[in-house]
This record gives sequence, structure tokens and C-alpha cells, in this order.
Amino acid sequence: MSDFSSFDGGQGAKGQGSDSGAVEQMVATSPFQRTAHEKRSLDKQRLAKAAFHLMALLLVVPVLGILGVLVYKGAPGLSWEFFTTEPYDGMRKGGIMPALVGTVYLTLVALVISLPLGVAAAIYLSEYASDNWLTRTINVAIVNLAGVPSIVHALFGLGAFVHFMKFGTSILAASCTLAVMTMPVVIVATRESLQAVPRAFREASWSLGATRWQTIRHVVLPNSGSGILTGIILEVSRTVGETAPIMFTGAAYYTMMPQSIFDETMALSLHLYSVCKEVTDPPEHLPFAVALTLILVVLTLNSLSIWFRMRLRGKKKW
Amino acid sequence: MPQSAVTQRREDAAHALDSRDASFWWDLIARILVFTGGFSVILFITSIFIFIAMQGMGFAVNPSNWEQFLTSAAWRPSYEEAPQYGALYLILGTASITLCAMALAVPLSIGSAIYISEFAQGRSKEWLKVIIELLAAIPSVVWGMIGMLVFAPIITWLFDIEFGLTLLNAGIVLGLMAAPIMTTLAEDALKAVPESYREAAEALGATRWQVVWRVVMPHARPGLSGAVLLGVGRAVGETMAVLMVAGGSIRLPTSPLEPVSALTATIASEMPETAKGDEHYQALFTLGILLFMITFVINFLADRIIRGRRSKR
Repeated sequence: MSDFSSFDGGQGAKGQGSDSGAVEQMVATSPFQRTAHEKRSLDKQRLAKAAFHLMALLLVVPVLGILGVLVYKGAPGLSWEFFTTEPYDGMRKGGIMPALVGTVYLTLVALVISLPLGVAAAIYLSEYASDNWLTRTINVAIVNLAGVPSIVHALFGLGAFVHFMKFGTSILAASCTLAVMTMPVVIVATRESLQAVPRAFREASWSLGATRWQTIRHVVLPNSGSGILTGIILEVSRTVGETAPIMFTGAAYYTMMPQSIFDETMALSLHLYSVCKEVTDPPEHLPFAVALTLILVVLTLNSLSIWFRMRLRGKKKW
Repeated sequence: MPQSAVTQRREDAAHALDSRDASFWWDLIARILVFTGGFSVILFITSIFIFIAMQGMGFAVNPSNWEQFLTSAAWRPSYEEAPQYGALYLILGTASITLCAMALAVPLSIGSAIYISEFAQGRSKEWLKVIIELLAAIPSVVWGMIGMLVFAPIITWLFDIEFGLTLLNAGIVLGLMAAPIMTTLAEDALKAVPESYREAAEALGATRWQVVWRVVMPHARPGLSGAVLLGVGRAVGETMAVLMVAGGSIRLPTSPLEPVSALTATIASEMPETAKGDEHYQALFTLGILLFMITFVINFLADRIIRGRRSKR
């Protein structure tokens, strides 16, 4: 405790005063009582702590308030019909079912594309790669891929998948764009969970004569399964919320239910945008209800992944 | 005899062990597949740049276009006689929104990070971290909607103006969006300061505040700067929220209560109006090239700073 550092008999920097004053001071104070300097320092600390606490609250409270407003204004719009019927009357009435279905399609196809590539890349980085320029370049590429703005991903999707590969504006093009965008999430999460498996497991397997791939398949992957699952859930939650990449590559404001992977589709995130910007005179609760649905999906997925992570920590046998 | 019998038997034994059986081939296949996956990441990031450059090629290769691009303030692609593509106001718009967002977010994020890492205890610390993580998960369209339908009325009421879709609105929304990332990274940077530094300072009689201000923060400065830079990168690259909230009017931002437009939002809003391959289309892709380069440089700088300027000899 800082009290002990100024053990000077309670006289501070003043030094010896007159004799009677010194005696009074020595009688009135004890070496453990705080000096003026210490009191100032502690006051400054209390002030700083309160200020930083305030800053943290300023960050957190508006968010809770916003969520509260969303629930308050959006909940009246949620109903079974909302989730299962199609919109009509310029999307002012009816439900959001096509948007929900479209988002599910987009997410599934994006997952099918990004999961094998992402897990393969993570396995390579974690199990096979040595520390050379190629590995460093791959790591730099992952970080940069994660940092590219979503509109640039949209432009890439437009140029590469819609035009160059001639997919046209379709679920396929949009999902490819989403897959490229969310691959870093899967790679990083998978790589971390692979690296969390202790080296001793691998060494034991190798010493029994297993090849590298046999070790990975039978020892490493099963033990990192939940970590990979966490990564998948995180990727899905990010995919669901993205709008810009699908805006010109496959999603439309209002279209029929897609029959194949080459059709356009509606999507939940784009639907929120269109309800806010394109629909004239919507009922007051509509945008909030759509936003509430989107947020509920995203928050549920994120909470799932957090819960998984905590379970992982408890379940580990090593 | 060419070899002794012992050597021959050793070779035979080695050959028998080195059997090219099924597991060997599976291992080879796995190795190839996995390497392909790893290499594909590099492939993707380079092809992003290549494809954008390709689609913007006609516009971007012409140097006179670049001069107009970067210095002219007139962005009038639909001007029938002589369409102009001056991106200056767009660049300034992005810069001003980012500045406003950082003015809000940097103190709040670093302050929250300091609070979480140095002052908070136990349960409240856990709750705070969870809420910030959930904050980071909110999609950008939802932020855009909140800015449009919640903040805009407040701003019109507070400042007595007509339209709430202004620079200030975009700044607040972007600030709230970038804050969680900055807070998490700043907290990591603060946690990386060795505990022995704090203990030494406390042993010399410093209060918690003095420890933080004079010992921890200077040591964490590279990490904190990196966190801020990455927040800037996030704000520069954000599309949907800015599209819905900043007002979309291409002009010089003179006050926070006026609408502005940004690079990202302009690309998003004008792309549906172009046809593949025409000049407007190529100009928008060139904006994309510009954006890609800006965020690339920001991420690169942030990475360098966080790693402690190792190569800045």
C-alpha cells in the first residue's frame, strides 16, 4: 500500500517547524495517516477511475438503449404470419418469408464453398507449413482479406463471378462473394483450435507409425472439432448480416422464390435496407421488426459460439 | 561381390518399411489438397485486386483521368456532354466522416479498454466484455437503420434542422461501429504489458492511476496506435451504414449538420445505374481501386506499428 512510502512522521515536505508545532503534529497524526500529497493522488485516481468507468458506460448504455428501442418498436410486428408469408402491397404488408429463405440459401452455399477451402488452409498453416516466405505471405493475405471493405468485395464479386465466370446475378455469384469474404474467419478459428491440440498427441501418433494425414484425421481434427464449430457459427453470423456484397451479385429487392442456384433471391439484410430506403410509407413497426429479426438471428448465433467456447474450456481433458 | 550381405539385408529391410502403400498415397493427396487451400488465400486477395483493376482498366489507365479524379470536385457522371469524375469531395467526405467517428470513438474505446483492463473486477468485467463483443456483432444495415430512424429524429429535434441524415449522424454511427474492435485490440495491448512493470511501479508508491498513465500506457503505445489505425480502416471501409445515414449529397463538408457522401456509399448507390463496361462503371471500379489501396496501406501500417517497427530501419 502506498501509505508506507511516506513514513516521515506526518510532517510532509515542510521539515521541522517550530518546536511546539512539531510536537503537536507528532501527537495529532500517526505515520499511517495519509499526507496531503497522498490524498491528492488518491483523489486523482478516483477521478480517473470514474472517468474511465463513464467512458465504458457511454459505450455500452446507448447500445442497450438502442436494443431496447428495437424490441419496443419491433416486437409488435413479429408474429407467425410475419415469418411465413410473402410481402405484398409494395412490401408494406405481409411477411418476410422469402427473405428468410433466401438468406438461408445464401448462407448454406457460402458455407459449402468456404468451409473446405478454409479448413484446408488452416490445416496447412497449422500442420504442414514451415516458417518461410510463403507461409508469411499467406498470413499477410489472410489479414488483408479480412480488412478489405465490403463494397470492394462486392465489386470483386461483380467482376469475377457475375461477369467473368458468367454466373450472372445469382445465388451462386453472391455466395461465392460471401465465401471469399468470410473465409478468414473460418481459417483463423480453425487454426487456433488446431494449434490448441497439444503437440504430445501428434508425437504419440507419429511414434506409432501413422502418417501425417492419418494423425490429422484421427487425432488432431476430432479434438479440435468444437473449435471449428465455433468458427463456423461465427462465419454464419457474419454472413447473415452482410448486405453490400450481395447487393449487385445476386440479391434483389423483390423477386420470386429462387428455383435454382442461378436465380436471384431476396435476403434478410437487403430486405431491411429496402424497407428503410425504397419502400414508401411503411408502417412504423416494419423496419424495426425486420431489424429485430436480423439482430435476434445474429445475437443467437454469437451467443451460441460464446457458449460453445466456454464449454470447450470446461471439457478439455488436457 | 558389390556389397556385403549385411548391407544388402539392411537395404532390403529399409525397402520393406518404406512401402508405398495406400496410406502413403492418401497422405500425398491430403498434402496437395491442403496446400491448395492455403495457397487459395493468396490467390483470392491478389485476384480481388486484379479483377477490380481489370474492370476499371479503361478509366484507370488514362493519366488525365487520374488528375481529374484526385483534384476535381465535380462528380457528375450523368452530365450528358462531358461527364466529369472528380472524386475530391468524395475523398473529403470519407475523411471527414472518419475524423468525426474517431473523435468520438477513440477516447471512448481507449477509456473503456483502460477501465476493463486496469480498474474493473470480476463479474462487471465479464459483463462489459460480453456486451462489447455483442456490440461488434451488430450488422451494418441495422446500424444504418438505427441512424435513420432513431438518431435522425433526435438530431433534427436537438439542432432544429430539417434533415437528420448528416455528417454528424454518420460520425456517431461509425464511431459506435468501430469502437468495439478498437476496445478489444486496445485491451489486448494493455494486457500485454508485463505485470512486473505494474508491480514495480506500485512498489515505488504509485497509485493505480499513476501506474496506468505513466507506466502501462507508454509501454502499450504501439498496440494502442495499431488499434486506432484498424478502427480507422474499419470506418473508411464501411458501406451500408454510411449509405443510409450520411445523406448522399456530394459536397464539401462545411458543418457536421450537413449531408455528405463517401467513397463507399457512392459506389454502392451509383453502381445499379451503370451498364457493364461503360465509363461510369469503370470510374466506379477505379474508386474501388482507390479504396482498396487506402485500406491496404492502413492495415499494413497498423501491422507494422503493432509489431514494433521491426523493419523501419
